[in-house]
Amino acid sequence: MIPATVEYLRASSVDEALAALAKPDAKLLAGGQSLLPAMKLRIARPSLVVDIGGLALGGVVERDGELVIGALVTWDELERAELLRRPAYRALAECAAGIGDLQVRNRGTIGGGLAHADPASDMPAVTLALGAHLRLRSPDGVRTLNAAELFLGPFTTALSEGELITEVVIPVPPASSGSAYVAVEHPASGFALAGAAAFVKPDGSSRVALTGVAAAPFLLEGDRGEAIAAAEIFGDRFAPVDYRRHLARTVVRRAIELAKARAEEDATWTA
Amino acid sequence: MPELALSVNGEPRALDVEARTLLVHALRDGLGLTGAHVGCDTSQCGACTVLVDGRAVKSCTVLAAQAAGRKVTTIEGLSSDAELHPVQRAFVEHHGLQCGFCTPGVILTAVDLLSRDPDPAEGTIRRALRGNLCRCTGYDAIVDSVRAAASTT
Repeated sequence: MIPATVEYLRASSVDEALAALAKPDAKLLAGGQSLLPAMKLRIARPSLVVDIGGLALGGVVERDGELVIGALVTWDELERAELLRRPAYRALAECAAGIGDLQVRNRGTIGGGLAHADPASDMPAVTLALGAHLRLRSPDGVRTLNAAELFLGPFTTALSEGELITEVVIPVPPASSGSAYVAVEHPASGFALAGAAAFVKPDGSSRVALTGVAAAPFLLEGDRGEAIAAAEIFGDRFAPVDYRRHLARTVVRRAIELAKARAEEDATWTA
Repeated sequence: MPELALSVNGEPRALDVEARTLLVHALRDGLGLTGAHVGCDTSQCGACTVLVDGRAVKSCTVLAAQAAGRKVTTIEGLSSDAELHPVQRAFVEHHGLQCGFCTPGVILTAVDLLSRDPDPAEGTIRRALRGNLCRCTGYDAIVDSVRAAASTT
């Protein structure tokens, strides 16, 4: 399978990438682990791919009370990032480690994965639970978008046509916070049949998000049991609606338990 | 057609490719390096695995243009002076292959793993090789070979 004819530009700056992205049917190419398979199947037929792989949008750092993850940080880099060993951040590394396989994790990026918005992808749930927001660049300037407002439906986000994610930002959690990601995966594809991310705060309260079970990942608001019962869960031949709802309850319970244990571990954590 | 310049197996190479050309086709058809195999062509099987700047990637899911200026290593470039690479030697000695179709990809993934984790546990090896499918079902011997290579490198 070979992609349809396309033009290629390797951007040397964010401004150059944004200018090129303004062309009709132009697409950003980061690691390409979602876009290229779609182009090979000719589900995606961009006129131009703007390769942003060489831009300086890497790094996992804490600054000014925020954890800042560059949009081009690969899943492999997230898995191995020293900072993310902290129990409060553990969901990020744990989730990244479960994505695809080594070769895919070596190339796939967090920015690309979030922008692709596959409803079964794992990291969106983690960004929701950790209260992440995204820094975006467009020809109009810079804006910040809460992750909770990003995911609109399958492969559909609130990013506008000409926008590029530059950073994923998470407020540095206070000591005694914990996070976890737990999924039941389809054994062949590795995609989540149901995945839950939990973030437990020092007071024991928690924020929990689900992925893989509905048109888009979502935060569980109010009573969790009721929220899962009321959610519009989808079914397929791998996991019918009732079974998937059951899996959702299970992964939510496990993620919260794990995140609670990590919150205790976080109390005495020293980097 | 744009000219692509990159390093392949330590040599500077240049070739004309279309923008849509996949790295695996540039290597096989453009440079005659047929050690990168096209198995599934859907980024599942890992038979097309090569190293780009030392990291294992599926060359059916990378545009050739994305490798411009990078260092690509294929199975042909792993050994030097007719001497097998330690991982290759371990695969010979521990029967790490049957038909051999998946072997170049498996070996290059193992090289990436060992470059970062010189003494991996069995579970770590199995996890690293998750993206390399062997349809002869010889995984135990493959894992044994990587373990043996770890102890000799």
